[in-house]
Amino acid sequence: MGIKWDEFFITGDPLILGSQIAILLTMIGAVAGITYLKKWKYLWTEWLTTVDHKKIGIMYIISAVLMFFRGGMDGLLMKAQTSRPEMEFLNSQHYNEIFTTHGVIMILFMAMPFLIGLMNVVIPLQIGARDVAFPQLNALSFWLFFSGAMLFNISFVIGGSPDAGWTSYFPLAGKEFSPGIGNNYYAVALQIAGIGTLMTGINFIVTILKMRTKGMTLMKMPMFTWTTFVTSILIVAAFPIFTVALALMTFDRLYGTHFFTVSGGGMDMLWANLFWLWGHPEVYIVALPAFGIFSEVIATFSRKSLFGYKSMVFSILGIALLSMVVWVHHFYTMGSGPAVNSFFSITTMAIAIPTGVKMFNWLFTMRKGRIKITSAMLWALAFVPCFVIGGVTGVMLAMGAADYQYHNTLFLVAHFHYVLIPGVVFAVFAGLYYWWPKMFGFMLNEKLGKWHFWLFVIGFNVTFMPMFFLGLNGAVRRAYTYSAESGFAPLFMLSAIGSIVLAAGFAVFCYNIYWSIRYADRNISSDPWDARTLEWSTASPVQFYNFAKLPEVKSLDPFWHMKKKNEGLTLHDSEIEEIHMPSNSWLPIYMGVIFGIAGFFLVFEWHIAAAVAGIGIFAGLIIRSFDYNEGFHVSKEEIHRIENAWRKTEGEVHDHVS
Amino acid sequence: MKKMLLSLTALLPMLILSGCNMVVFEPQGPVARSITELINWSLIWMLLVVVVVFGLFGYIVWKYREKPENKDYEPPEEHGSTLLEIIWTGIPILIVIALTIPTVKTLYALEEAPKGYEEKEPITIHVTSADWKWIFSYPEEGIETVNYVNIPEDTPVLFKMTSASTMQSFWVPALGGQKYTMPKMETELYLVADNPGSYEGQNTNFNGRGYADMKFEVLAQTQEDFDQWVEDVKDTAPKLTEKEYVGLLKPTHLGRLTYSNTHLEWVNHADPDSKAYTNPELYRGHGYQGKTFEEDDNYKNEKPNVIEGHGEDKGHDDNEENHGGDHHGH
Repeated sequence: MGIKWDEFFITGDPLILGSQIAILLTMIGAVAGITYLKKWKYLWTEWLTTVDHKKIGIMYIISAVLMFFRGGMDGLLMKAQTSRPEMEFLNSQHYNEIFTTHGVIMILFMAMPFLIGLMNVVIPLQIGARDVAFPQLNALSFWLFFSGAMLFNISFVIGGSPDAGWTSYFPLAGKEFSPGIGNNYYAVALQIAGIGTLMTGINFIVTILKMRTKGMTLMKMPMFTWTTFVTSILIVAAFPIFTVALALMTFDRLYGTHFFTVSGGGMDMLWANLFWLWGHPEVYIVALPAFGIFSEVIATFSRKSLFGYKSMVFSILGIALLSMVVWVHHFYTMGSGPAVNSFFSITTMAIAIPTGVKMFNWLFTMRKGRIKITSAMLWALAFVPCFVIGGVTGVMLAMGAADYQYHNTLFLVAHFHYVLIPGVVFAVFAGLYYWWPKMFGFMLNEKLGKWHFWLFVIGFNVTFMPMFFLGLNGAVRRAYTYSAESGFAPLFMLSAIGSIVLAAGFAVFCYNIYWSIRYADRNISSDPWDARTLEWSTASPVQFYNFAKLPEVKSLDPFWHMKKKNEGLTLHDSEIEEIHMPSNSWLPIYMGVIFGIAGFFLVFEWHIAAAVAGIGIFAGLIIRSFDYNEGFHVSKEEIHRIENAWRKTEGEVHDHVS
Repeated sequence: MKKMLLSLTALLPMLILSGCNMVVFEPQGPVARSITELINWSLIWMLLVVVVVFGLFGYIVWKYREKPENKDYEPPEEHGSTLLEIIWTGIPILIVIALTIPTVKTLYALEEAPKGYEEKEPITIHVTSADWKWIFSYPEEGIETVNYVNIPEDTPVLFKMTSASTMQSFWVPALGGQKYTMPKMETELYLVADNPGSYEGQNTNFNGRGYADMKFEVLAQTQEDFDQWVEDVKDTAPKLTEKEYVGLLKPTHLGRLTYSNTHLEWVNHADPDSKAYTNPELYRGHGYQGKTFEEDDNYKNEKPNVIEGHGEDKGHDDNEENHGGDHHGH
């Protein structure tokens, strides 16, 4: 096969050497630790082979936090490099790789899994179901995402990172200008993760359509369920486009086809169009569930039902529809002509209308409420002003003619960080503080939570606000350095200082998780926030079958009304029936591993090895089609025991089993 | 929230100070000015939105926050208000319309020579971006420059832009907005400079290792100075040869160069059937190297410029006419 071992590991950079050693030590440490604690069997049976949506959700969230760390380190390195003019901390190649991985990791391996993780944990509970529609497929989704994420992440130590930006524009990303294998990682790893995401989309559409509990009509679904539903439709609509684009990219890079190349009649504009046909809906795929989280958090902590529920639903649908017809606003400067640019300016600005409706609905949900300012609520509150700044600059960018002056500058970078950080990161933090007790049976520390919040929010504003002004003064994105004469230095420095504060906030968050795991009070109610939706009507942490008796829904905010009317909270012995649950399976993790191996070979263009590994994929598919495991039944006695254990505690709203 | 707003207000003076001389707000020509006017118009409306939402937000959060006194207050059941929802759907629609009309007008205006300059004969300059330099060809004057471009003041300049390598973006913020340069494509951009002066231009579309330094100078001169400069170049500058040009296109940083002919004599990269000037082997960096592919239409190839399966039995003179449309639907 002619493996060039001298090129295999990236050498010659102290930062990368340090990471290689750190990765090696961490791996040895993890293996040694698990072996010492004799946890391999526990890990295998309870986590790696699980099909339980809650555990899969938690694994998604853990991966997302790890990826947040990785992507954040990339961001800090970039900020360090640009903190002063003509810095020589990173060379341009290294900087290019870092902003590329920063972008890909933050969007696809941090934001997406964080939200999908919360969706996994919460959605079946919110609709009163015992799992998602296809539990094993759900596990496969996770393992494919994880496999893709890991494959992408090793690129910087083995073989070389992609370095053509997260948008991977052609012809730059093609072999003509990037002959290293770095961009193969992009094509292959995102393909693998993308298959997983597409399956998640399908799974949640079916789950939400078919598995709602008795009485929960579409217009009685909680807002997070609604946004997840619409997001899933968007995933199914948009991800296949990316799948095709990545496949064409793979052909171009591996087999010498000419879809996007300079030579042989390729067309680079086609890539930009395909990428953003997926890429723009992708923005809403991460933003919509976040809006759902804010809706839940704001309603709960204002002690009011969501203002304008119907208009919220219609605005989500409107945003989703519009998000498919705005992609050209990412390249007004391509010269498509004034008619095309006018059309896309109008559709893009139109998105501001439903988004504005949502904003006012949130504000009016709080009006006349009693706003309890918890950590979760703080994130939702900070979201409003920060996201408005992101929104109005978005409208400015949407104006095609004005965009000619903003395009590819730091103004744009500041804008999308003002949209994505408040719109997604604040949301997942809000969601995590809010649902943490539901997932684990104890709360995250509120005091540390507030430190986390203030450091993060102040750091965020100090980091990205200066970028608006830098951009208007002509500072372009993705430039690894700038001259002293440019006059950019003070604001870049300010931005770098902000990023340190931001990182400190993240560090407090990690410490909060550690502290809370060790010291937090385990003796809490299953409904610590006095919340409104069904996930709070069962135990914390949730028993593996979710509900002993499936709840019946009569109105919006069903649990709130159940509590008010004191009905449906208790469980009678006669109501307990055997519950049918799916069995664990080793196949999803096997598929993840084999996809990872095949992908790795493909990245290195070892086609025969990749084909052999590909046989493993087919073997997995065949084994699955002969899988007759029908799951198992939970006995009445076991349910009785489990229900008694959590219902018979003091302060519990659910009276014990009688 | 208070703390955050405080920290923001503390930042404000500094930002305004640095904002005083932002290039986008100091247009040096009618094209840039029309965009700045549009931006200023949008800023007014956006400021209005920010003030209203921030005000409402501050008021609601402050008034309805939980206090020891209102622990017993139970918020009312409330599902919405059709009137309010119509209001906050309607007003944004009006704002969007207010922004759309000038946006569309400006979009159309930017495609032509700016108002008031229609009479004046524009000069045409071909822009070819390569890794990592800018090549300017003056077909009428028969001269070519690298990394700087001289233009006469008060005269519309029509830039016909293409790329010899990746997709790049031509931007002179003081004079106007940007537009992409793409291989085997031509885009057009009008710029006018009000006064003599030097303005910085740069690539904004990332294109690899040398991206950050891919800048050029636009020097606007009086008509006399410009004519004099053209004459001087014609008299003193060397001729560019095809061989030397191939060297120019390699991925390098160059200083300023001047020639008394243009490369358009042998290649215009905007032509869909022009040869591809790609050199993958020159882009090899660290890391594992993949396979690269030999292409028929590469400039190194001695064979005539035909794409496989097409035009074999035709003379290559009419090749372009007959087959240009087959491969390039744009």
